[in-house]
Amino acid sequence: MSAAHITAERPQSQGAFLLTVLAAIFAIVALPLPISEGGSRVGGSSLLLASLLLVVPTTGWPRIVGLRLLLNAVIATAAFGLLLALLSAVEGRAGLGYWAVLTATAFLTVQVMRDLARLTEGRPTPLRRAFSLAVPVVFGLWLLILWECLVRGFGVPPVLLPPPSAIAVTFASSLPTLWADFRQTFLKAVIAGYAMGCGAGFLLALLVDRVPFLKRGLLPVGNLVSALPIVGIAPIMVMWFGFDWPSKAAVVVVMTFFPMLVNTVSGLNAAGAMERDLMRTYAATHTQSLIKLRLPAALPFIFNALKINSTLALIGAIVAEFFGTPIVGMGFRISTEVGRMNIDMVWAEITVAAIAGSLFYGLVALIERTLTFWHPSYRH
Amino acid sequence: MSEIAEPGGGVGYAPRVWVQRIFAGQTGPVLVVVAALILIWYAGAIYLNAPQQIDRDRRAGIERNFIDFAAATYAQERPVLPAPHQVAAEIWKTTVEVKPTSKRSLIYHGWVTLSSTLTGFGIGTLLGIVLAIGIVSSRTLDKSLMPWIITSQTIPILAIAPMIVVVLGSLNVAPIWAKGTVSAYLAFFPVAVGMVKGLRSPDPMLLDLMRTYSASPTQTMWKLRLPAAMPFLFASLKVAIAISLVGAIVGEMPTGARAGLGARLLSGSYYGQTVQIWSALLVAAFMAAILVTIVGMADRMVLRRMGVKA
Repeated sequence: MSAAHITAERPQSQGAFLLTVLAAIFAIVALPLPISEGGSRVGGSSLLLASLLLVVPTTGWPRIVGLRLLLNAVIATAAFGLLLALLSAVEGRAGLGYWAVLTATAFLTVQVMRDLARLTEGRPTPLRRAFSLAVPVVFGLWLLILWECLVRGFGVPPVLLPPPSAIAVTFASSLPTLWADFRQTFLKAVIAGYAMGCGAGFLLALLVDRVPFLKRGLLPVGNLVSALPIVGIAPIMVMWFGFDWPSKAAVVVVMTFFPMLVNTVSGLNAAGAMERDLMRTYAATHTQSLIKLRLPAALPFIFNALKINSTLALIGAIVAEFFGTPIVGMGFRISTEVGRMNIDMVWAEITVAAIAGSLFYGLVALIERTLTFWHPSYRH
Repeated sequence: MSEIAEPGGGVGYAPRVWVQRIFAGQTGPVLVVVAALILIWYAGAIYLNAPQQIDRDRRAGIERNFIDFAAATYAQERPVLPAPHQVAAEIWKTTVEVKPTSKRSLIYHGWVTLSSTLTGFGIGTLLGIVLAIGIVSSRTLDKSLMPWIITSQTIPILAIAPMIVVVLGSLNVAPIWAKGTVSAYLAFFPVAVGMVKGLRSPDPMLLDLMRTYSASPTQTMWKLRLPAAMPFLFASLKVAIAISLVGAIVGEMPTGARAGLGARLLSGSYYGQTVQIWSALLVAAFMAAILVTIVGMADRMVLRRMGVKA
């Protein structure tokens, strides 16, 4: 750990200098340039202010990381605020001055992220944990702002890529539709299919585990099937189970079944030979050694499958809706709104899917942490 | 393994020992499982196609015994579940008997899918390796990018693949690149995560040794970290190639695509051509199996060249 510190020191400070110099160069270059094509000077004075602010940190001052971080963060926030406020004035015809200031601010933010990342080094304390949480948040915000400024500044047609603000507006204004789609796809198809697929995979794995012949025969087949493009069965399932959610749940069942089977079977073999011998010397029955030793040892594998399946389930349900569905559902909405070139709504639906997917994954990961706290990967 | 004293050992193999040998390993059990699956498939075909057949026979006023009835369920034009031999016949018809350039040839459609799969796989692998090298060598990237790489996969990209293909298509991007983008998005993730793990896998002792040699970070990367990451890379590549294929197939499902296995699935589902759906599905499965096998062979070859005992 300490050795890593020493090597990290040199490039860090060099990089910090380089980044702030780059930011300053762009800020200075921006000064004489027009902020919008056609020479409009709207808001020119505020841009001037931003450029001047960007010059401040170039001197490398202050050398204390925390102070530099604070100063840069304040400046970057102010500059981004100005850039966003100017957007409505320069919509679609932003000039070189605008882009130069945006580049400068982007560089400065990278420096903020570097300093933040640097503050997380060392033994974890609550403050350092907060910092290491802040880095990805800053990165995400940075991406969103750049997306907004680039799309609107260049006047990219909303059909190709709408700015985040437009997506947010659509999201807020069509909450009832989004909720109905979410209920149809996630609460009905995904949850039911996930529970049945994972449950069936788990139970069959317990059975397979008792028969070595099946274990040798089914495991390679299961491994192969896990690699197959199973979403392809979606049209067949829609033919068999009709347009409503059961057909989507069926696709999810098949998609989640094999990862669960394969992982559980290999997890049940994860307990060491020594421990198993110990159980035998205790005269433990098969069930006893299963519950007390082999299932707990298999938990990391089972949760691995549960996590893989949490994303697979959502994908399966949405893709299955492309092949026929009642007039509600996330996949249905996405395919029809693409057809109507209403891309804002598609992105709002994607946002719902991303949030649902992340929360689902996060929930499984949280349960995993509480149940497998003993596993080496969680020891610090 | 083989002992001379064993019955039949040494000079040729007695048939009984052959059977024992096959069933002691994986081959026998796998064959039995596959045979069982095909049997279940045949039984399922009778069961699922029966209502349709009974209905039809009643209207035509035909009485059949069971064997005749079973044969009839295997010979329907649009069965609910086609029998394996029907699918096999369809695959044979559309691969061997039709010219590979024809729009009705599965080789043609398979090639369309394969080309975008490989494009996406290549781009995704490169991107994944570059990202992993960046993450391992920069703490900022590690802290800022890594959480988002993981989050990126909770976005069901497959669900928006049709949109990406349509949008890129309206930008006059060739379909192969549009579908390749979807595949690349899916493929980069396992590679990036696996490579980060692999590049960090060298023992601290070895890293210290490199430092005593006064090796630069680049030298450490080339001479220690990258070779150490090879097993991890190939394990991820197997996942990546399979998932690239899925991405390419789903990318072919939207309205725009006219060629490819995904388009065959979609048109089959529109016109109720179940045999066509199943044959496209099976060809996709063969393709996945072959691609994964090729990566596995490359894996063994590279590791052997590097002197790792398999």
